[in-house]
Amino acid sequence: MKITINVWRQKGAQASGRLVKYQVDHVSPDMSFLEMLDILNQQLISKNEEPVAFDHDCREGICGSCGVMINGLAHGGQLATTTCQLHMRSFKDGDEITVEPWRAKAFPVIKDLVVDRGAFDKIIQSGGYISAGTGSAPDANSTPIAKENADLSFDAAQCIGCGACVAACPNASAMLFTSAKIAHLGLLPQGQPERKSRVLNMVATMDAAGFGGCTNIGECSAACPKEIGLHFIGRLNRDLLSATIAGGSSVD
Amino acid sequence: MAAALTLNQSTIGKKAIMAVTGIVLYGFVIVHMIGNLKIFEGPEGFNAYSHFLRVVGEPALPAGTILWVIRIVLLLSVILHVTAAIQLTRIDNAGRPIAYKKVKRKQASFASLTLRWGGVTIFFFVIYHLLHFTVGTALPGFIEGDPYHNVITGFSSQVWAAPVYIVAVAALGTHLYHGVWSAMQTLGINTRRTEKLFRGIAVLSGVGLFAGFATVPIVVLLGILK
Repeated sequence: MKITINVWRQKGAQASGRLVKYQVDHVSPDMSFLEMLDILNQQLISKNEEPVAFDHDCREGICGSCGVMINGLAHGGQLATTTCQLHMRSFKDGDEITVEPWRAKAFPVIKDLVVDRGAFDKIIQSGGYISAGTGSAPDANSTPIAKENADLSFDAAQCIGCGACVAACPNASAMLFTSAKIAHLGLLPQGQPERKSRVLNMVATMDAAGFGGCTNIGECSAACPKEIGLHFIGRLNRDLLSATIAGGSSVD
Repeated sequence: MAAALTLNQSTIGKKAIMAVTGIVLYGFVIVHMIGNLKIFEGPEGFNAYSHFLRVVGEPALPAGTILWVIRIVLLLSVILHVTAAIQLTRIDNAGRPIAYKKVKRKQASFASLTLRWGGVTIFFFVIYHLLHFTVGTALPGFIEGDPYHNVITGFSSQVWAAPVYIVAVAALGTHLYHGVWSAMQTLGINTRRTEKLFRGIAVLSGVGLFAGFATVPIVVLLGILK
């Protein structure tokens, strides 16, 4: 396969960037999208040019590092697929592909396709924890959890923090990410003591980070490689509004 | 409950204000549409209903009390709804200072993507509509207290009026097609179990209100009502 690729090149955080066109030959349909970028970088290195910087780690769809916009869709738009799990067989010989970094005020570009997703870490730091006694492990099943809640909590816990929800949202909102973190802990008995302070603090941190608000358009959930449902945003809203109206404190 | 006053401090709280005021205005447009359809009862029935709206509550209450209470509640709802919308739009636009060169949507509905433009359209239409049929300055030959005459004259003597109304109520229908469900989601009332119910109510509201509101200008334009 021959692929023409328009990649966002930007030397550094302060530099201005632009799309640069490259030709990549000898692309196998069995390659992942990142392997195709590896081939491109090998070409650039052999020509003594700067390779394209992109984030990647596990390359098996669970670390959340590798998100980029491919032809205007986060992770390329395939259902439940991260960029590393997207294969070149979903493209045709001679295709022209545009690759851009996530765009959000809260996710500044560091270089080329690499963005700083530190804002997500700040949201987690502000409430993504529980208080539990240390010491010997409690007996198994000493805290019963309803099957439905356990399943739902696990659905939310699948979030890998890749940022596709923010990237795909027309408002660059982080509501799906934050809702997954809130629901993940809030659905379990261990998450109850900090339930109010968690939602108040995490939403305040989210707003302060410069993410937009949610207009319930649903692009986040459609782009999510872990298929986090929009209903988690409803749950976040419910928790935030009840904590606010009940006069919850941000300190428990 | 005093803590509810701090709602304005978060994006979710601002949206909750939009949702609650939106539901108030949604209730109003439903009653308004039903009222409009009373035009099929003829001049006496329609004008009597209009008169009832102005004197309802009398003589138990001073003249115009209920009318003005409703007007003030609606005006406050509009002010809060629009203020929150402007604030949120600015926050949302600031969320992505550098746009994508290429962007596609996977599933977003036309209604959800044009919610703000629908709101702006409705806002300006309401101003025109009040000058047209309530105050009468935008309608030559306006007769105070004879809404049947005003509606017929308005749509038959001004050829562009009916198309303007139809476009405006299409904007309203589209706004509610997304807005009614969105309000339930924002207030956290919507869950996985109620998802289909609220989506259904929203679609029905959008289509139903458009049909109900568009009927009157269309039948006048066709000369069915004279």
